[in-house]
Amino acid sequence: MAEAIHVDALVKTFGPTRALDGLDLAVRTGEVHGFLGPNGAGKSTTIRILLGLLRADSGSARLLGGDPRRDATELHRRLAYVPGDVTLWPNLSGGEVIDLLGRLRGGLNVKRRDELLERFDLDPRKKGRAYSKGNRQKVALVAALASDVDLLILDEPTSGLDPLMEEVFRQVIREEQQRDGRTVLLSSHILAEVEALCDRLTIIRDGRAVETGTLADMRHLTRTSIEVDLAGPAPGLDTLPGVHDLRTHNGTVRFDVDTSALDAVLRQLTTVGILSLTSQPPTLEELFLRHYDRTQADGKPQTKVTR
Amino acid sequence: MNSLTGTRALARLALRLDRVRLTVWVLGLAVMPMGTAANYLSLYPTDQDLRAVSAVLANPSLVALSGPLFGVSIGGLTVWKIGVTEFILVGLMSLLTVVRHTRTEEESGRLELIGATVVGRYAPLTAALLVTTLANLAIAVLIALGLLATGLPAAGSLAFGLATGLAGMLFAAVAAASAQLTQSARAASALAGAVLGGTYLLRAVGDTGPTWLSWLSPTGWALHLRPYAGERWWVAGLFVGIAAVFATAGYALVARRDVGAGLLPQRLGPAESSPALRSPLALAWRLHRGLLLGWTIGLALTGAVMGGAAAGIGDLQSPNQQLTDILTRMGGNSGLTDAFLAAIFGITGMVAAAYTVQATLRLRQEESSGRVEALLATPVGRVRWAASHLTFALLGTALLLAVAGVAGGVGYGMQIHDVGGQIGRLLGAALVQLPATWVLAGFGTALIGLAPRFSALAWAALIVSVLLVELGALFGLSRWIVDATPFAHVPKLPGSAFTVTPMLWLTAVALALGAVGLAGLHRRDMPVA
Ligand SMILES: Nc1ncnc2c1ncn2[C@@H]1O[C@H](COP(=O)(O)OP(=O)(O)OP(=O)(O)O)[C@@H](O)[C@H]1O
Ligand SMILES: [Mg+2]
Repeated sequence: MAEAIHVDALVKTFGPTRALDGLDLAVRTGEVHGFLGPNGAGKSTTIRILLGLLRADSGSARLLGGDPRRDATELHRRLAYVPGDVTLWPNLSGGEVIDLLGRLRGGLNVKRRDELLERFDLDPRKKGRAYSKGNRQKVALVAALASDVDLLILDEPTSGLDPLMEEVFRQVIREEQQRDGRTVLLSSHILAEVEALCDRLTIIRDGRAVETGTLADMRHLTRTSIEVDLAGPAPGLDTLPGVHDLRTHNGTVRFDVDTSALDAVLRQLTTVGILSLTSQPPTLEELFLRHYDRTQADGKPQTKVTR
Repeated sequence: MNSLTGTRALARLALRLDRVRLTVWVLGLAVMPMGTAANYLSLYPTDQDLRAVSAVLANPSLVALSGPLFGVSIGGLTVWKIGVTEFILVGLMSLLTVVRHTRTEEESGRLELIGATVVGRYAPLTAALLVTTLANLAIAVLIALGLLATGLPAAGSLAFGLATGLAGMLFAAVAAASAQLTQSARAASALAGAVLGGTYLLRAVGDTGPTWLSWLSPTGWALHLRPYAGERWWVAGLFVGIAAVFATAGYALVARRDVGAGLLPQRLGPAESSPALRSPLALAWRLHRGLLLGWTIGLALTGAVMGGAAAGIGDLQSPNQQLTDILTRMGGNSGLTDAFLAAIFGITGMVAAAYTVQATLRLRQEESSGRVEALLATPVGRVRWAASHLTFALLGTALLLAVAGVAGGVGYGMQIHDVGGQIGRLLGAALVQLPATWVLAGFGTALIGLAPRFSALAWAALIVSVLLVELGALFGLSRWIVDATPFAHVPKLPGSAFTVTPMLWLTAVALALGAVGLAGLHRRDMPVA
């Protein structure tokens, strides 16, 4: 089975709110797949549909080769989930919650649990209410990571973790990556985390996937900022494909260029003659910010960048 | 910023959040005395009727149930009939309101959100007390006006309104203190509720035996204020004094503790769980056991006290038609003691049903708190999860009723030297209530499955059932309205013949409702906030 998760044209409405609006998502078996999007984009909704908690209005979702709702019981033996908002039972200790969730899933690896508790520096004896937000998150993380499952579904698992713990989390996920056939769906707002961990990623917005692919593919979609003094006028520069935001000031030309069009544009500039040139490397941040930016309605890669 | 800053804004928010809930409470509590009085006016039109019925009410068993009758008048009779019920309900309303706007908010973390804005330390508690005071004031005024409008004397009407309002304020103050002691809202309500239940029992014992015990109980004071029977206004001072003590304790505790913390430090739990904690049922046991234990103790005490009081009915020289009539209206059928016991266990059934509803709605709490999400992402299916909690609603109630029956048998049997015989008889009288309580569990499940946001209506169903059964006959409501409540179909044991048909019907209805609820739960989205 090549795909652990396959979602096709998924639609989910909550009354007037269209939380998912034809979402496509494909997660290959064995990869760590980043799932990004601004607040309210529909990440948690997608995950809840995959877990069979919510019922989609239309479209299809397949999980580990099964139907998320019909085959929930069997599928849930093979996956572990960390909710975005972890709430614990006030009168159960963290250790009890970890053991309970593991056992319900069909058993947990006690050695692994102890190791994870150690690495995450978590005291399992505290009761639900006594945990801080980060520590509640850790309880859910340890419970999920200590089980031997095929698929980990993590909804913003590091929100609330301090930088040290964030680093531990990354190490643990990298180790998971080494183990064969473990798939991770990782919803996150932390770009560095996604850059560090994910093989591929999907960016969604307003309930639709606007970008999907490897990080290299994405880099390709980023833009380089160019500031150049030219020997002469360069007519038609702004009509070149891939050039955005062209401004001329005292003979200095500034523009952004799609990384894919960089070669062609530079070729054009050298024919005019370059006196000086500075360029700023492409960053993923810019790409994400472009997709996150509320002022752009359709979420398609934009021809005009607003900052 | 002083320590009361923001009180007004918080009070307004609380009123906004509670507008429907409090309106229903206030109107319900205000209408009952008026309706009762109007009914007695038509039921006992002459002084002779009044004297005849009043003579009977001095009976110790009835005194244990409703308190002594102080005034031979329509007003006196009204206070006797509805007074204790009013005081308990108004206490319940007040303590729930105070806890909801203090500890519940704190537990949910919402108060922290508010606390970070411009809100003084004492503001949340003050706002909660303010809102509760407002509700109690409205109840007091409406009761007084309503009784006046019925044609009862002004002083007594005012006294009854005052007694009800003050009883409410007293339990608001108790809750103000209890909400500071515990970390969970449930425990805070339970603590204040236990005080409320305790005062009722104390009064029941005191009114039939050593009178000074009754003077320890605020439910007793409310009667001792003697509306329509030479009002003793100074008793109001007792309420104010004790309420002030509790409220002061509440404020002192607020000053001493941190936001989110209780007074008792949290103990550490085990690092690993016991091997038994491996199923939804085992988890449900952990979540329900405290509640069940508290209720078990409460019902054991109630059963024992009421069983003991039942022996008092035999003190009456000649069985009296009037008394039989009254007991018949209260649910009994034949044979005075048996009728009294049947009435007691009818009430016990409805009290136990409060646990049934509470345990059933636990499902909903697990959902709206978000805790269910991680659980349902494991192989545990929804129906299995729901069944684990419903087990406690159904079998937990069975346990409670059995305990009440046995305790009643011991209490009554010791008085008449027949413990062995009475335990069996009263166990039966208690357990026949079970199918009726199950109907409420079924109704709650149906709400959770089909209309989760309205699942609190299960409480409304219980309260309506209680009112219809208790007051339906008195108000002369038509049979089929009263028959809509499950408790109207319970055989009146001991005393009358046991018929199995209604039990089967009730069980079938409960199962059908439960099945509908589980089907809805299976289909619908989860979690619904
Ligand atoms: N139970 C619900 N009822 C009504 N609307 C809902 C519900 N759950 C989600 N929504 C709406 O659906 C949309 C998507 O929400 P979702 O929680 O999936 O976003 P998200 O991508 O996880 O956001 P975040 O990054 O903030 O976690 C939002 O507009 C949200 O308000
Ligand atoms: Mg989310």
